[in-house]
Amino acid sequence: MTDADELRRRTQELLADHPPADTAPPDFLRARFDAGLAWVHYPPGLGGLGTPRSLQAVVDAELEAAGAPDNDPRRIGIGLGMAAPTVLRYGTDEQKARFLRPLWTGEEVWCQLFSEPGAGSDLAALGTRAVREETSGDWIVDGQKVWTSSAHLARWAILIARTDPDVPKHAGITYFVCDMTDPGVEVRPLRQITGEAEFNEVFLTGVRIPDAHRLGEVGDGWRVAQTTLMNERVSIGGMRLPREGGMIGPAARTWRERPELRTHDLHQRLLTLWVEAEVSRLAAERLRQQLAAGHPGHEGSAMKLGFARLNQEISGLEVELRGEEGLLFDDWTMRRPELVDFTGRDAGYRYLRSKGNSIEGGTSEVLLNIVAERVLGLPAEPRTDKDVAWKDLAR
Amino acid sequence: MTDLLYSEEEEALRAAVRDLLSDHCAATDVLARVERPTPYEPALWKSLAEDMGLAGLLIPEDLGGQGASHREAAVVLEELGRAVAPVPYLTSAVVATEAVLACGDPDLLGRLASGRELAALAVGLHVAPGTGPGNVVVRDGVLHGEVSGVADAVGVGVLLVPGDDGVLYEVEASGAGVSVVPQTSLDPTRPLGRVVLDGAAGRALGSAGPAVERALLAGAGLLASEQLGLSEWALTETVRYLKERRQFNRPVGGFQALKHRLAHLWLQVVNLRAAARSAAGALASGEDLGVSVSVAQAYAGGVAVHVTEEALQLHGGLGMTWEHPVHLYVKRAKSDSLSYGTAGTHRALLSALVDLPAP
Repeated sequence: MTDADELRRRTQELLADHPPADTAPPDFLRARFDAGLAWVHYPPGLGGLGTPRSLQAVVDAELEAAGAPDNDPRRIGIGLGMAAPTVLRYGTDEQKARFLRPLWTGEEVWCQLFSEPGAGSDLAALGTRAVREETSGDWIVDGQKVWTSSAHLARWAILIARTDPDVPKHAGITYFVCDMTDPGVEVRPLRQITGEAEFNEVFLTGVRIPDAHRLGEVGDGWRVAQTTLMNERVSIGGMRLPREGGMIGPAARTWRERPELRTHDLHQRLLTLWVEAEVSRLAAERLRQQLAAGHPGHEGSAMKLGFARLNQEISGLEVELRGEEGLLFDDWTMRRPELVDFTGRDAGYRYLRSKGNSIEGGTSEVLLNIVAERVLGLPAEPRTDKDVAWKDLAR
Repeated sequence: MTDLLYSEEEEALRAAVRDLLSDHCAATDVLARVERPTPYEPALWKSLAEDMGLAGLLIPEDLGGQGASHREAAVVLEELGRAVAPVPYLTSAVVATEAVLACGDPDLLGRLASGRELAALAVGLHVAPGTGPGNVVVRDGVLHGEVSGVADAVGVGVLLVPGDDGVLYEVEASGAGVSVVPQTSLDPTRPLGRVVLDGAAGRALGSAGPAVERALLAGAGLLASEQLGLSEWALTETVRYLKERRQFNRPVGGFQALKHRLAHLWLQVVNLRAAARSAAGALASGEDLGVSVSVAQAYAGGVAVHVTEEALQLHGGLGMTWEHPVHLYVKRAKSDSLSYGTAGTHRALLSALVDLPAP
């Protein structure tokens, strides 16, 4: 076991061998990965030292104090938050050695090819086909994916595709790593209600994936994907925030800076939302404390539900608070942003962007079902598709 | 950041209180007693207050108490709320005790710690922190006036009366010129009384303003834990019932319209737990006290009322009967939402505390 003092010593050693001032950022990040200080809870040789996750803060504090570059985690959130835990859990030794280092350093961006036009909440109904080529053993993939952020920047994608249409839908799925530079991959921006295009549609036509890029067993893709999706919800709902750290911050600042906009009605509604935002923040903090104490609760899946509704109500209130200015919008220009900032830009943008919060990463309706069935133990909906081969489902 | 979890000791305390309440304070026991003038069972109070020492939880050990903190008292209140127990713990062992702690009277604290003396702060249950002095007049060394809506006043030995001279007085409830007239309360498990003082003698304990403020802040902050307990019972019992109750050849709890409602309730209870732990932690540490208490009280009332009202609705006709205990929880939750300040009053306090001023 490596304790905090030992981690501090190793971090200082890294800084001495690779002074941040004289080292190119990618070189420093590679050295940090090789020293096991990238994500300390990962195994030795894969950027970690096998220590408790909570000790990462020790390393981060030392590096921050020394002005070391970071890997810009917001730019590579899908890689860090979803692809990496899945590769770690289901990848072969070769796959872990190939993918994790450039993923963590940010040299290779990842995206996620899960949702399809016909498979949203019912993700397991997906129809993108992967067919094994007898001669080479490669998989040939055809289909269409959607809502893919970072697809236009990505080197790799995590992909789920149907490898057996003759069995019920959950059983016929396999999980792959897809090379986004394959000539059969076409990425088209998907413009959204804010005017910009964070997301893409991805068309896959005869894309060739070597069997060595399969994650997990053939037909076991649904189980593998659960690891990805669980991590997605944790990373969406589990951020630590100071008081007024979320969407309530800009609304409260507007209230303080613009006394001429205040009305009694808006005052009561703002205070009510301020209280709810503070209580949600405390609940997220309590969840974080539970995780740190080694007692993960069910609250994770619920945090996103609360934040989605609050973001929508608070940003909607702020548009109203701004009166005449609330009738304006900063800019409808089509862009393809690299980063998404829910609390960025103006109130109108925040209002429109937050509409997606109750859809992306599992709709609020699906999350309510998850809470009802897995937390409260209420009976599942009667299922008509469980024992039917995928190819025989109505669509 | 405040520790929002429960320690092992707190969980042990919870288990002990819950055991006792499940043996001696089942819903049928509570229902059987609520229409009597003193709804609690003296034997139950003796077990909680004297045998388990809960009356002295907040009183330092050298004064005969347990020297515990508000975090432990909050756990006791969660369990008392879960059982909608008609005992004067919040009013005597928390609110009145805090007022005396502010004055530092060792004799009275010793008596309160023993559990054999009960006290009530002669301030209406609806009064929020930050409200200021009452209307009891002190003339020629004796007290005159009326205070109504005083919770658990009937049957106590000691009334703590803030006078218009800024002094907090200890008044013997059985003394000359003192009467406590029972009122019929919306919540029969927390009876109210009108304290009538007509030339009553009082012993000066200390300055009334800070003592009453400290008492009401503790009452408001820890009330959130009671509201959490009420909400948890209502949710758990409703989920249990809807898994069992069948209509249309299915358990009613399998219908998505009801599942989503229950999931929303669960989310609110999760949030309330965090807010209640935050308030208890702030009372224990003294840090960020006003904001933490008012955040909890601006949130808790609405949740407890909503969850218990939903419990009533989702029990169908059963929920309307006197026999089923859900009405006790609705009445307590509604009454709690007016106690120590409404959500609106606490939002108004927050408006100043967090710099979100009114127009």
